Amino acid sequence: MKVELKNLTKIFPSRNKKAGGEVVAVNDFNFTIPDGKLVGLLGPSGCGKSTTLYMISGLQKPTSGQIFFGDEDVTELTPENRGIGLVFQNYALYPHMTVKQNILFPLQNLRGEDKLPKEEMLERAYRVAKLVQIDELMDRKPSELSGGQQQRVAIARALVKMPRVLLLDEPLSNLDARLRLQTREEIRRIQKETGITTIFVTHDQEEAMSISDVIVVMKLGVVQQTGKPQQIYDDPCNLFVAKFLGTPPINVFNGEVKGEVLYIGGAAVLSVPGVEDKAVFVGIRPEGFIPDEAGGLLCEVSGVDVMGRDVSIVSKHKEMLTPSVRSIVDADYTLAEGQREVRYALKPHKVFLFDKTTEERIYFGV
Amino acid sequence: MEEKNTSFFAKLWHSVSDFFSKRVWQGFCVNILYKKFDRYKGWIYLAPAIVLLMIFTVWPIFNTIRMSLLEGYTSMKAVRGVEFEFGIGNFTRVLKYKGFINCLKNTVLLTVLTVPISTFLALLIAVCLNSIKWFSRALQTIFFLPYVTNSIAIGMVFAAMFNMILGGGARPDFVGVVNIVIEAFGGEYINWMNAGSEYWANIFVMTVYIVWNALPFKILILLGGLQSVNKQYYEAAKVDATPRRRVFTRITIPLLSPMLAYVIITGFIGGFKEYSSIVGVFGDSMGPAGNHYALDTMVGFIYRAIGNQEGTASAAALILFAIILVVTMVNLYVSKKKTHY
Repeated sequence: MKVELKNLTKIFPSRNKKAGGEVVAVNDFNFTIPDGKLVGLLGPSGCGKSTTLYMISGLQKPTSGQIFFGDEDVTELTPENRGIGLVFQNYALYPHMTVKQNILFPLQNLRGEDKLPKEEMLERAYRVAKLVQIDELMDRKPSELSGGQQQRVAIARALVKMPRVLLLDEPLSNLDARLRLQTREEIRRIQKETGITTIFVTHDQEEAMSISDVIVVMKLGVVQQTGKPQQIYDDPCNLFVAKFLGTPPINVFNGEVKGEVLYIGGAAVLSVPGVEDKAVFVGIRPEGFIPDEAGGLLCEVSGVDVMGRDVSIVSKHKEMLTPSVRSIVDADYTLAEGQREVRYALKPHKVFLFDKTTEERIYFGV
Repeated sequence: MEEKNTSFFAKLWHSVSDFFSKRVWQGFCVNILYKKFDRYKGWIYLAPAIVLLMIFTVWPIFNTIRMSLLEGYTSMKAVRGVEFEFGIGNFTRVLKYKGFINCLKNTVLLTVLTVPISTFLALLIAVCLNSIKWFSRALQTIFFLPYVTNSIAIGMVFAAMFNMILGGGARPDFVGVVNIVIEAFGGEYINWMNAGSEYWANIFVMTVYIVWNALPFKILILLGGLQSVNKQYYEAAKVDATPRRRVFTRITIPLLSPMLAYVIITGFIGGFKEYSSIVGVFGDSMGPAGNHYALDTMVGFIYRAIGNQEGTASAAALILFAIILVVTMVNLYVSKKKTHY
């Protein structure tokens, strides 16, 4: 089921009328979520990603704009008529029911011609339980399950009525680090097996990057960029997106373009054809540095993190705007004993220029 | 030179500290002052409460048992130094007393009538209060008012509402508001609580009063329970297209079951101790004029027996205790099966 959001806007009225200051949680959201894809809504806290999800679910009404499931306008439909499955951040499993009763609950709600015979309900419950691998735990109460198992039960409960769209609100934030890795693979697998269009919300860029087909990056209610994870990482449209994606994060410098050459702290570091002369922000991905005696960027080394596969050199530069300059270089490269400085050449496609006032990307020919 | 200038207390301190600084003594002191204190400090902190409970709760309980087992015990005789024989005569006297069965019947009847009605109404009102947004604070206060009002005062108001004073004329001199309403709807006056009134009319008055009086506490507990239910359960139920009735029976009631169990159990206990409400409405005679003690209860029986036969009163109190114990155990047993903590 394709999900289409048209000019979706949500404004929360201010609590204190005199003080004014209504909150625009989501501002003019336009996006089409392709059928059968896993889409991640990504952004920092308060960027409106959860509000967007709840508007798609119908639990919140948009101030303006429309939501389409396929060709059907569902903007005015109540949640129960939209045919969605929703997994809450803390799962909201009914504590007094067993896993089986929790999963059966949505099916038992079906009335009229949708009503299922008992055997079919059980069969469907067991089928979906098998899919999320909790069929062994059907007679337990939620309190007797681990966080990861509860998460699966919540997904099973959302899937059992075969929703048109599956919505997940911060599905992994209540799990510990190891379980998070496992579960996100699990979500990926379940989504692929069922082929249900799935939208999930997260503030963890790594999580979004690793499992989504498409990422929507949001900031203060405004969509910044949409696209495939790699594409956004390689080609951020503004400084916010560049900074938000990637671990370790992108390094940002004050720079200046003069005569189609980029200078950082007075040193020429890269030729940037087609950019007019002005001061810019320079973003360099950690993997964009090449240690090179002839390189233009001179940094003061403050430490080295060995990570096995590769080495991360932590250094300082007087024009840097991030707390430190972190480069990732091949493990073969070693600093000489007592070496205090390192020179870098730059990979042009890992260097992004941003306008100082708008923070928009300035493109240059490579 | 320095020796001379040191005062007596300083010398004393030095010698004492010398003494205690020896390892053995040090260990001993630590043991006494620290470890022993550590072991018993819990008791020391509890002492004030324990002393008060001993005087006002524990000792009276044992004294009640003692008095109930001494034949014909009264404090007047005890003061005179009369020796009492040991026996169960007090208990048999209570059970043989012809008013006792009436007390038991009234107590059980009022409890069985009022607990379900008040619990059901409290649940209804709590759910309504929880769902409205406007004036909810003001309404909560209004519903809580009976709780902070003296039950004798409420009783007098209820008595005025149901009362009717027959003069010599064709119409009564005074008619309570309840009968006025009945008349407005075309009914006939009912003698609720005056001379010659029916037993069931009296019970009706008491049921209304006790239910009304019991509501605020129950509403408060249930409303608190409702407000602590995670809203996401309702959102989840909404997404799953759960009909309203099913949300209530399958989600609200189970999540509220600990509070419901509490309210029902304390309701039964309170019901068996019913006394002041009847005195409030009917006065000391605990019944309509000409039919004194028609609405006598267990506590009423005990209270009057205290005046001259403490042994009998103690025995009756223990019988009441046994009844409440059994009922509460049954309650707990049932609620254990139905409650989801």
